[in-house]
Amino acid sequence: MSTNDNAQAYWSENLRIIITYLSIWFVVSYVCGILLVDQLDAIPFFGFPLGFWIDQQGSIFIYVGLIWAYAASMNKLDEKYDVHE
Amino acid sequence: MSLDLLTYLFIGGSFALYIGIAIWARAGSTKEFYVAGGGVPPLANGMATAADWMSAASFISLAGLVSFIGRDGSAYLMGWTGGYVLLAMLLAPYLRKFGKFTIPDFVGDRYYSKTARLIAIICTIVISFTYVAGQMRGVGIVFSRYLHVDINTGVIIGMAIVFFYAVLGGMKGITYTQVAQYVVLILAFMVPAFFMSMQVTGHFLPQVGLGATLESGMSVLATLDQLSVDLGFAEYTAGKKSTIDIFCLTAALMAGTAGLPHVIVRFFTVPRVKDARTSAGWALIFIAILYTSVPGVAGFGRVNLIQTINGADNAGTEYATMPQWFKNWENAGLLGWNDYNGDGKVQYAAGTAFNGSKGKPAFDGEARGEHGQRAVTNAHADPKAVNGAPFANEVYVDRDIMVLANPEIAQLPNWVIALVAAGAVAAALSTAAGLLLVISTAIAHDLMKTIINPNISEKQELMYARIAAVVAICIAGYFGINPPGFVAQVVALAFGLASSSVFPVLVMGIFNKRMNKEGAIAGMVVGLGSTMAYMIYFTFMGGAKEDLFLGISTGGFGFVGMLLNFIVAYVVSMMTPPPPAEIQEIVENIRVPRGAGTAHAH
Repeated sequence: MSTNDNAQAYWSENLRIIITYLSIWFVVSYVCGILLVDQLDAIPFFGFPLGFWIDQQGSIFIYVGLIWAYAASMNKLDEKYDVHE
Repeated sequence: MSLDLLTYLFIGGSFALYIGIAIWARAGSTKEFYVAGGGVPPLANGMATAADWMSAASFISLAGLVSFIGRDGSAYLMGWTGGYVLLAMLLAPYLRKFGKFTIPDFVGDRYYSKTARLIAIICTIVISFTYVAGQMRGVGIVFSRYLHVDINTGVIIGMAIVFFYAVLGGMKGITYTQVAQYVVLILAFMVPAFFMSMQVTGHFLPQVGLGATLESGMSVLATLDQLSVDLGFAEYTAGKKSTIDIFCLTAALMAGTAGLPHVIVRFFTVPRVKDARTSAGWALIFIAILYTSVPGVAGFGRVNLIQTINGADNAGTEYATMPQWFKNWENAGLLGWNDYNGDGKVQYAAGTAFNGSKGKPAFDGEARGEHGQRAVTNAHADPKAVNGAPFANEVYVDRDIMVLANPEIAQLPNWVIALVAAGAVAAALSTAAGLLLVISTAIAHDLMKTIINPNISEKQELMYARIAAVVAICIAGYFGINPPGFVAQVVALAFGLASSSVFPVLVMGIFNKRMNKEGAIAGMVVGLGSTMAYMIYFTFMGGAKEDLFLGISTGGFGFVGMLLNFIVAYVVSMMTPPPPAEIQEIVENIRVPRGAGTAHAH
């Protein structure tokens, strides 16, 4: 594989990783946290209505998880394509 | 020890620490001044980013805001944290690989255009100045309440401290003082949060406590809903804003957070691309500790406030027996009471207590009423109970005092109150310093060195940076002493500008190789122009609420501006020639981590 092909393949895998994680981010924040929140509020969750909990706490925990998962995936990808520092 | 002595000790001690660090970490070169030499470990950078990001607004105002608007406060909690996901995945690693000092550096080089660079410089300076004005005000409020000096003296002391470590130490000094400030501010926020959670719910963690069941058998949130409805407020857990408005506001705050220059620039200071990613992870952990505690603090504070003012029987408390904090904050001008029903009791319910903007009281100088309360000149002529409340509202409570007054309302020990004061000052100073550095870099590096006179030596550039920092501190101090009456709206403007201009132009520069200067400039002008016009028309020129576009409030329009920016940029770039080959090469290069080296000047 030429360096150029290698860079192309690295970039498209990189994009796939970003799209995967940002889809989760979107579903949590906007679908669960905003659009479907009234339906979720009907479900009790440790003393919170579930929608309210996602809005004010759950989403933030998930964001932290997403960034660390993304960093781990990218480290692996960097090594796979031998572009790490 | 008395509260005054403790407060002097805590604030004085923390200042001595900051100054000590500043002397230890002086900057000798432009690289140290702009990006701390590019060698900050990711964990330290994460802490510094958290302190940089969590301003007086996060520390002082956010819990108060959530406390008073309940459910709708979620947009701020999600918006101001979710933006870090965008920052970590779409911007930070690539901008670190690009390896220069500033956002205008990237925009100017990537779009091979002086015009684009100039627009980026203007955005950077406007965003940072609007932000910094609020910080100095926060310092002033704390000083005036706890150290009994007037607000102006407080602002000047704050200016002197920031001057010392920002001008001497540059980014290097700021980074390590911010690490110390993070520790101070997080302790100051969490200690009272633990205490309050324990008192109200018996659980140590406020994150858990908010879901707990009280002795009455009702959960905290159900109690809040009940109290709110009884007094004529909307249910605490029900939102009032429309779904589309909340959607746009959250999105604008997220994109705005990712596009704030003083946050982005922090990621230029780490050694490797990989470190930029993990340091975003650390930053969000440190931020999440405070942000996930905010809903608890807001909820417990609200319960305490209502029960303290209205008493156990919900009929009001006699002014004479009100706790000292009530009178202290009244003296500071952030609380006001007028005895409408003449029973000598303080009663709190829905509705405005006074005839001023947002129900604020206008005090009659130092004049006192019959119970010793401060006399007001704008009492309602015909006060009414609203939404089925048992009485008309007699009290104005400024949202901003919630966090500062919480320890007093909950009757926590004096050292906790002193710690909170030191924490509020740390939050305000750390953010102010980060912003001032961005402003001075934009002027010395982007304007003087790159646009006006590329021939100046490094020494001269460093001198310009320090002069610019001094001028910026003076202007910020001026705004702290004479605050524009619209600080909140101005901060919304900063996020609107960042989300409609900086964020899209950076994302397109990295992810769309075909994007050219014509597209980028057209996009920025349209995004920026539409957002500013919308905000100015509806905030300052009396635009009617009914005319809002799809009911989207000014805070949320930055999202619409961002979409317009993307669309216009794409269409224009397709109709104009692609960028030159060497620019496409830059883009190829920043997409691959290897070979980042340290940030370089030229």
